[in-house]
Amino acid sequence: MDQALKNNHSALEFVYEFYLKMKKSSISLAYEGEITHQITKAFTALAESSMQREQDYTTVQKKVFHVMVECLQNVSKHAERDFNYYSSKDGRGIFLISKDEKEYNVTTGNIIRNDKVESLRELLEKINSMSKEDLTKLYKQQIKEGRLSPKGGAGLGFIDIARKTGQKLIYSFLRIDDENSFFVLTSTIPRVKS
Amino acid sequence: MLQPLRIQGTDDTPTVILDPNPDSPHFEVSGRSLPEDVVAFYEPILEWLDEYAKNPLDKTVFDFKLEYFNTASSKLLLDILLKLEDMYDDGHDVLVRWHYPEDDEDMQEAGEEYADIVEVPFEQVPYQID
Repeated sequence: MDQALKNNHSALEFVYEFYLKMKKSSISLAYEGEITHQITKAFTALAESSMQREQDYTTVQKKVFHVMVECLQNVSKHAERDFNYYSSKDGRGIFLISKDEKEYNVTTGNIIRNDKVESLRELLEKINSMSKEDLTKLYKQQIKEGRLSPKGGAGLGFIDIARKTGQKLIYSFLRIDDENSFFVLTSTIPRVKS
Repeated sequence: MLQPLRIQGTDDTPTVILDPNPDSPHFEVSGRSLPEDVVAFYEPILEWLDEYAKNPLDKTVFDFKLEYFNTASSKLLLDILLKLEDMYDDGHDVLVRWHYPEDDEDMQEAGEEYADIVEVPFEQVPYQID
């Protein structure tokens, strides 16, 4: 077999395996790349029409929409930019949505600098240890006292996801090298009326 | 007289009407708010309110009727409310009406939280979506 044909064949296998894996884990959307405002709008619009078709409860639709916006904006604002790619104003990362009968899962993955890992881990641990009432208190405190970052972040995204979904945030950090880690965050939205 | 400020809503920015015409005053922020640049979007609105606060109408009724807003917007919405609170503190008559779809608990709670944070007459107004 000549090389081009071989490459073609392995590309085909890769795509087919990818397809099977997506089916198996019920992934309805997978993306890797720059997370721009246009991408955020396109993905949320896509999810909205699919949820309307599936007749999810309006409250569930709104929560999924909200979690998607916050997660995508987090990557867009906070992901490290200079990892093997040309630099640009928007952060880059991976974005996945999966669903089954019981829930939606919204997952993001992006590179962050190692020196930011500990404070982020602490924040997520703190949020996960809090009741809905405490989260609301923290939200109110943060909205009053917090300042908008130069990138327009209010420091409210994770807190708001946790209290609106009523679920723990699932996260992990994978060390890539001395500089960077890969940060994965999954938010779960139950497909029931809350 | 201060010129009215009107911004037509889009799929990611709200409709804004700030019209101090004494015969038919109208103050409203409605629709969706997830602008790409929240500060740039809300800055003219906050500046307009600063001007307005120098010589407001006898009564200012401000309607919020939002379908959705992201957390970055929530901070700027608070800034609008704080300006209304200042007007109220200066002895002006101010009423905030927070409209929410009757089945949208999150939007209802958001209104309740703002009402807790700012000290200004605040009315919760549920509405039905057809």
